[in-house]
Amino acid sequence: MLTWVALLALVLFSGTTYVAARRKVSVAAGGLPRNMHSLPGYYGAYVALWTGAPAAFLVLMAALFGGRLEDALLKVQPPAAVAQLTHAEQQVFFDDVRAKAHDLQASETVYEGPLGVALAAKTAQARQLELLINYGAVAAAAVLALSGVFLALRRIRPDFRARNKVESWVAGLFIICSITAILTTVGIVASLVWESIRFFQAVPIQDFLLGREWDPQIAMRSDQYASKGAFGAVPLFAGTFLIMIIAMIVAAPIGLFSAIYLSEYAGGFSRAVVKPLLEILAGVPTVVYGFFAALTVGPIFRTGFHALGETMVGGPLNGVGLYLMAVQNQMALVAGAVMGIMLIPFVSSLSDDIINSVPQSLRDGSLAMGATRSETVKKVVLPAALPGIMAAMLLAVSRAVGETMIVTMAAGLQAKMTINPLDTVTTVTVQIVTLLTGDQEFDSPKTLAAFGLGLTLFGVTFLLNVIALRIVQKYREQYD
Amino acid sequence: MNQRQFPLPPRHRDDDGHAAPTMHIAVARTPDTAQGAGIKIRARDVNVFYGDKQALFDVGLDVPEKAVTALIGPSGCGKSTFLRSINRMNDTIPGCTVRGRIELDGEDVNDKSIDPVVLRARVGMVFQKPNPFPKTIFENVAYGPRIHGIATGKAELEAIVESSLKRAGLWNEVADRLHQPGTGLSGGQQQRLVIARAIAVSPEVILMDEPCSALDPIATAKIEELIDELRNQYCIVIVTHSMAQAARVSQKTAFFHLGKLVEAGSTGEIFTNPRDSRTQDYITGRFG
Repeated sequence: MLTWVALLALVLFSGTTYVAARRKVSVAAGGLPRNMHSLPGYYGAYVALWTGAPAAFLVLMAALFGGRLEDALLKVQPPAAVAQLTHAEQQVFFDDVRAKAHDLQASETVYEGPLGVALAAKTAQARQLELLINYGAVAAAAVLALSGVFLALRRIRPDFRARNKVESWVAGLFIICSITAILTTVGIVASLVWESIRFFQAVPIQDFLLGREWDPQIAMRSDQYASKGAFGAVPLFAGTFLIMIIAMIVAAPIGLFSAIYLSEYAGGFSRAVVKPLLEILAGVPTVVYGFFAALTVGPIFRTGFHALGETMVGGPLNGVGLYLMAVQNQMALVAGAVMGIMLIPFVSSLSDDIINSVPQSLRDGSLAMGATRSETVKKVVLPAALPGIMAAMLLAVSRAVGETMIVTMAAGLQAKMTINPLDTVTTVTVQIVTLLTGDQEFDSPKTLAAFGLGLTLFGVTFLLNVIALRIVQKYREQYD
Repeated sequence: MNQRQFPLPPRHRDDDGHAAPTMHIAVARTPDTAQGAGIKIRARDVNVFYGDKQALFDVGLDVPEKAVTALIGPSGCGKSTFLRSINRMNDTIPGCTVRGRIELDGEDVNDKSIDPVVLRARVGMVFQKPNPFPKTIFENVAYGPRIHGIATGKAELEAIVESSLKRAGLWNEVADRLHQPGTGLSGGQQQRLVIARAIAVSPEVILMDEPCSALDPIATAKIEELIDELRNQYCIVIVTHSMAQAARVSQKTAFFHLGKLVEAGSTGEIFTNPRDSRTQDYITGRFG
């Protein structure tokens, strides 16, 4: 609440300084813009920015990190009674202190004797600290704003280069935005790495990367069966790879050929119809593909294989027939095929862009030699676009590897090392979902394994993307 | 010549190949036969439309065999459009329609019986910007022979590539790097490579659309020299913005203005004694 009031006040105040600065420079220049270096608005903006921006930044920081600061200050020199507690108990104590200070739901722990006294004392201190931080921040912001006005207004003269100064503010804004994006990425990776390190303390990294058995069940009690669990990620990557291959077998030719059709053959009308339709396909949420796979494609495939198997049973292919009659809805083929369909628009729109960027002069050259359209595509356009198309395929692979919803619904949970597309397999992403949904213990390798898997998956897709972007860059240099 | 008139549009008219309309022929001059050669391309009543916009109006022109014919005129006057209708490259532009009659050796190129793919093998084309394929020098030249199945073996293909590069005057510069990318050559070399690629399929006609406009003066001089040599074997039609170039390389010149053929005749005559005042104005630099 205080934050909002302070921000509103700042906006109003900087608005006033904007007007004041404009007026000052106009008066100094005799009211003639041609006597000024910049347009009057720039002088106003310059002063308003120096007034509002640093102060607003301070207020926002206080709102975001004030709680943490308060927490940190509270923990300095804990009372003797508290210092004797274990780390976890201290944590609960301080959480309760803050809960009581801010009228939130506290734990049901009962604090007696010296602890009760300490709790009361700390609660009072927390209230004081909160006020101190909040009002301190507002006061500091006010000082900042006032000094901003003072310093900036003093510099306002008609020959002052306000336009250039405002320009650097704008540049700064863009830089901050891009840094935010980068920092977020760094944060995500850091948290992955951090939790993964904890996981690899419990499970040796070579067992994880090279182990051929995946069974992350860990017993609640030590005397239960399967008390250890197995964390070999190879079967998961094998399953991921199998599904990815099936998906690419579907998506690569269909996507590429439809891109060729769109860019080389389609007339204005069919392009106007087909392209938006493909884009609709790209807009279907993956969860919809997921239940399409699980509820429609899976049963159709199973019924088909059962019928095929029935014709074989009793014949020379009796064994194959019996196998086909036993296949389940959940198989790698279904998940892969549907994932392939999902990737078609992705592949085709990337390839379309790349094929379109092949200069028309090359096509003209080939056609003028008496080549047909398909010869031109095959011998000139595709070779020229090949690096870009490879990159598009790699990006599609990296999407296939990271895709979660379809495989969760259609692939299965059983980790197997198989290349049989009719078998149930599981993927890295499916296992991450299973490990992190439901009850979690953040000190058990079972939960932490998700981070190990996530980090490895991230490594794989990151590598694929880097290679793909490298190829695209190299390709661009050829024609630009 | 058996002359008779037929109603427009004559494009898909199944004719015996010798008929030509006499209506609206902008050029009334007798074809110059100074070189003693026959007529290779005969255009009559050519009208070209880009959608609703008409780019060429009733153009009629005779292009002599084994000579260089230059098409000149200010930008947007339709000279490139005319050039591209000779090998039906305008077919590749959506919305472009060509009406009228363009005969190559007496056969209408727009006739249904003519396969544009075969036509383009007979009528080669060189573009404004050098457009070597992103392949090796050898593969660039071998492209046409390969798709048309001209060479029967590797040795023959190599012989074709060598002789084409020699005729294009590029052999000495690239003989030791035939298997390096054609895109790595200089602009002038690329343009000669593209000419070698065009002559590798032994065309009868070579169309050149401002072949020197992207080149420096030295490369331009080399290309002009090459054009002069090639004229002994081929019928060459060149679009150019440079009147000096037209005067240097061509035997016949046609002046286009605003989509109409204003005047055509022997180059000497056009440049020294033009009949039309517009031609006079253009070649003396008063507009364009």
